[in-house]
Parts: sequence; structure tokens; C-alpha cells
Amino acid sequence: MSQVAEQDATSVPGDEGFDGLRLREVTKSFGAFTAVDMLDLDIPSGSFFALLGPSGCGKTTTLRMVAGLETPTSGSITLGGEDITFAKPYRRPVNTVFQSYALFPHLDIFENVAFGLRRRKKSDVDAQVNQMLELVELTSQARKKPAQLSGGQQQRVALARALINEPQVLLLDEPLGALDLKLRRSMQIEIKRIQNEVGQTFVHVTHDQEEAMTMADTVAVMNAGIIEQMGSPTDLYENPRSTFVANFLGQSNLIESSVKDRAADVVTVDMHGIGVSIPVARAHADGDKGWVGIRPEKVLIGEQGEQLDAPGNSVPGGVVSDVSFVGVSTQYLVRMPWGQELQVFQQNTGHRRLFRQGEQVELSWRPDYAFLLDYSQDAAAGAQRGSEG
Amino acid sequence: MSDFTRRRGAVGYLLLIPAALWLVLFFVIPFYSLLATSLYDPSGSDFRGYEMTYEWSNYQHALQDYWRPLVRSLLYGGVATLLCLILGYVLAYAIAFKAGRWKNLMLVLVIAPFFTSFLVRTLSWKLILADDGLVVNTLQAVHLLGADGRLLATPVAVVAGLTYNFLPFMVLPLFASIDKIDHRLIEASSDLYANPVVGFFKVTWPLSLPGVVSGTLLTFIPAAGDFINAQLLGSPNQRMVGSVIQSLFTDANDYPAAAALSMILMVIIVVMVFAYIRRAGTEELL
Repeated sequence: MSQVAEQDATSVPGDEGFDGLRLREVTKSFGAFTAVDMLDLDIPSGSFFALLGPSGCGKTTTLRMVAGLETPTSGSITLGGEDITFAKPYRRPVNTVFQSYALFPHLDIFENVAFGLRRRKKSDVDAQVNQMLELVELTSQARKKPAQLSGGQQQRVALARALINEPQVLLLDEPLGALDLKLRRSMQIEIKRIQNEVGQTFVHVTHDQEEAMTMADTVAVMNAGIIEQMGSPTDLYENPRSTFVANFLGQSNLIESSVKDRAADVVTVDMHGIGVSIPVARAHADGDKGWVGIRPEKVLIGEQGEQLDAPGNSVPGGVVSDVSFVGVSTQYLVRMPWGQELQVFQQNTGHRRLFRQGEQVELSWRPDYAFLLDYSQDAAAGAQRGSEG
Repeated sequence: MSDFTRRRGAVGYLLLIPAALWLVLFFVIPFYSLLATSLYDPSGSDFRGYEMTYEWSNYQHALQDYWRPLVRSLLYGGVATLLCLILGYVLAYAIAFKAGRWKNLMLVLVIAPFFTSFLVRTLSWKLILADDGLVVNTLQAVHLLGADGRLLATPVAVVAGLTYNFLPFMVLPLFASIDKIDHRLIEASSDLYANPVVGFFKVTWPLSLPGVVSGTLLTFIPAAGDFINAQLLGSPNQRMVGSVIQSLFTDANDYPAAAALSMILMVIIVVMVFAYIRRAGTEELL
């Protein structure tokens, strides 16, 4: 799926011919608290779009505004060119899979799925419901009540109940949050399969970065009511533009540095006395200082003085302070001469030997893998587990 | 069966004993005595004592003599229950969904009338509905009531009294049911093309049915057997079966007839309740 360019730079209000879901300067305040702040968003039709962020970042509020369950304080929402900002929820071609599923406990599975069709007085309800139950593999449960089904089955009923209405946009509000890990994995694949099959626009809200990355073709990372960065999962992971994104999606080593030189294609920085270069396309800091970012699995660990991956940026003088052997990989914590501990993941290919705690090592990485972030940002923003820097 | 489960069973029975004893003493024995009384020889009296003659004709006579107050009771009770349901549902819905932080205060206000005596409250309705009272004068002024029209001693007064007195019995179970309804279900219904009215009848109302059933039962059963409202607010033309039974017991000393009429009322209500529960199909909802 095509990538959507960064919003704040390129958004042109009233850009005609866009048939997807479009949010313009959408703001939602609850009293003094601003849940969503001047949000601009373009979601092309047919895409699987994920809104990713920690709890309280405004992603669910955004979803509820699209569903019509919440009215924006200001701004506009259009769908296929039609303004739906103030349309009643029951008049929008949008359906939701709720976080708690919200299945009707007094109706059986069949009637739950048929609910939307019956309200719109569709003919041929039976055939459509049966077909949909087949799609989610629940035909044999049709006459049971929701309480008699397992969590995974209830989830599929919720999906079927929304999908059967062929919405222009299907909203999924943390739909897998209540399931255990194994079931969640299989539902992720299931939902992706269904999206491929039906081809509708899916907007998926989640706080689980892995879920967002595996399912969506476009991910928008949301924090404190604004979108930090939007792009394909690989783009977000490989080239984060803020410390929040760098930490929230996976883990990053962020190292304080000062900018030495800005050439046409490369920025050279001084990182505690060590020269490091970063491609201009990956440098997102304007000031004199910045955070050099590098993913733990991109860092190579070797003997002192051993050049591993020329032409790399080499950082000598590290001491292994912690080793965790995970099986597929080994995770090292390496204390650098300036006191910071860096994370290194080494894949267990069998070619490299294991280092022990206390050993002197040298770290290196390819300049193409590093990124440079704005120094004014908090290096710990968005960090979920462990502490970097 | 393990020792543990056997002991647990024994504890269960032990816990039943106090309530069972209470019911045997104050329900089973009086019920048996009522049944026996209803079959006594009607020519007996307090003075001469009663004889058990299995006098089934007591029932026939009671029905012949008092079918009017009986029907009237069911009618007044039914109308009052319906009024309570309408008023109570709106109130319970408002308390459950709209009252916010006033919820608890409003619930206290609903049961506040219980802090004063039933009798006193019903007597004060006499003042409210009095012939030269504010209500009657206002209704006369807007010509809803004729110049010599009155409210007191009319079915309106009795039904109004019943509705007022039994409203809390309707509101509380309704509130308990409505308050339990997950608001997200209503959001889900509106997401699935149900406008608020349709959403109410397809989601809120069926989910509140347990409250509707218990509320209507708690209202209808005592309202149909009530005798205070008819006596204080009505005239002999509004006599309900409760006051007939009461006067048969206390004034006429016709115990067999009073007992037979009580039994008839009880059987009618039990049959109606079973038919109602079956029809409402709430066994699985409860």
C-alpha cells in the first residue's frame, strides 16, 4: 500500500478527489483537557491503517469521533468527500468492533450479526448472516448466546456483526486486548486475511506496537493528542523522527552528541569524542546537539580493536556489564566510557562467539542504520520497558 | 462424595433453618388455618365456635357476593401498576443514566416517603384531592372537571393513591436493572444503525425486562390487595376486595367468607403471576 506523506508538511485542505477518510484540524477537549489536538489525517480507502499510541494518547477518542460517538470540539471529518463531522452514528457508513465487543447479551449470535441488516430493513438477511458466520467460522454457534462463547469466538462475532454491514470504514478499538497472547496472534492473521478478502478500509486502534506493525500497512504513532509520525511499519521502525517513536516502536540506544558538520548527504557528529556520520535523510535534528539513535540489533559487538563491518562507525572502550542468552539471540548491556549502557542484540548464527561479563569490547554499526534526533526531546519518551540512556 | 462436600451440604441446610422456621411459623401455619377457616360452617360465630364441615359453597357465595370488588381490585391494581411502570421507568432511567453524581441522592429521595407512615401519607392525599383543594380548583378552572366535579371518592383518587404509594416498589427494581445495562451496548446499537428510539426498544427495554417483571409484580400484588387507599380516598363504590375482606373479618365476623375470599384472591394472583412470567419469558433473563 502506498505511503502517506507526512501530514503537517503536505496537507492541502480541500484537495479534491480523495475518497478515503479525512480528518482536518480535529480537536476534542473534555473541559481543560485536550484529548485530540488539531489532528490532520488522511486514510486512503482500502488501506489497513493503525493508530498506535500509549493509553490516553487520544487514539480511542479519534476513533469515537469517526464513529460519531463523540462530537469534535472543532475541525471536520469527511468520508468519500462527504462531511460527516456531525452526522449521527446510526447514519454513518462506519461500523465499529468495540474493545469489549459489546455483544447484545439478550440476542443469540445470529441475531447479533443480523442486527445492522434488520435495522436497515435489508432483504435476504438469513443468507447474508449465514455467509458471514461462515467467514468467521461460527456457523455451528449461531443459536448460542454470547455468554456461551469463548473470548476469541466473541471477538469474531463482533467482527462479523460490524463487517456484515459493508461499512466504508471499519473501526477496530483495541479488538484483541482481551485475548491471550497465542489467540491474539492467530486473530491478527485472521483479521488481516478478512481485510484482504473484503478490501474495506480498516482503522485499527492499539497500544501494542507489534500488533500495529504486523497488521497495518500504514501506522500513525500518536502521542498526547497529536500524530508523531506516520508511515509504513518499516519506515517508522528504521527511520524514526522523534525519540518517542524511536522508543515506542521497539527499542533504541540514544546517545548524546554534538553536530560537527552538515554536508550535502551526510551529517557528522561528535559522540563523546568519537566521530560518527549519519545520512542526511535520517537526520531529524536542526540544532548544534542531537541524539544519535541506533537499534540494538544493528549494533555489532567485537573484540577491542577488531573492525567488524567497515566502513562502520566504531566505538571502542566498552565493557560488557550484562549478558542474557535468549536462544535466538544474545542481549548484551555494554557500559561505554562515558558511563551510558548501550543495548546490543546479537543474533545467534553460530559464527560469533559469546562475550562474558566484564570483557572489553568494541561496538560498531553502519552509518546507514543510525539516525539523529532533536536534542530538545526527552530521550526516555515512549520507553516501555528497560531504560535506555 | 468426599467428607468436605458432605459437610458443605450440611452447612447449606443449617443456613436454611432460620428462614424455614420463620416461614413455617408465619406462613405455612396461618395459610393452613386460612384454608381451614374458608371451609368452616358459615353459621358458626365467635361466640358459638366454628365447625369444620368442608363447606365448599363458601367459595361460591363469596364469588357471587363480592365479584365486583374483586374485579375492581384487579382493574385498579392493573391501572396503578401500568401508571407506576410508565412513571417509574422514566424516573429509573433518568436516575441510572442521567443523574451522574446525584444518583445516590435521588435514590434516597425515591425511598424517602417510607420514612413516614403509609397511613399518614395516604391521609394527606385526602387533603390534596379535597373538594375545595388546589388540584380540584385548578382542574375546574381549566374545565377538565365540571363545576361540581370532584376527585375524592372517585376511581381516579383511588388509582392515584395506589400509584403514589407503590411507585418506589416499581422504581427500585427497575433502577437495579437499568443501572446494570452496559452503556456501550447502546453505543453499539447506534453504531449498527439503530436510532435512539429503535435502540431503546431493541436493547435497553429487553435488557431491563427483569426489572420490569419484578417491579410490576411488587406493585401489582400489594396494590390489588390494598384496602387503605380505597377506604380513605374512595367511597363504597370504589371498594376493593382488600377492604371487603377486612370488614368481613373485623366488622361482620364472617370468618369463613373472609377466608374464602382471601383464598380466591390469592389463587387469582398466583395464576396471573405464573402466566405473566411465562409470557414475559424472563426465567432465562433473571
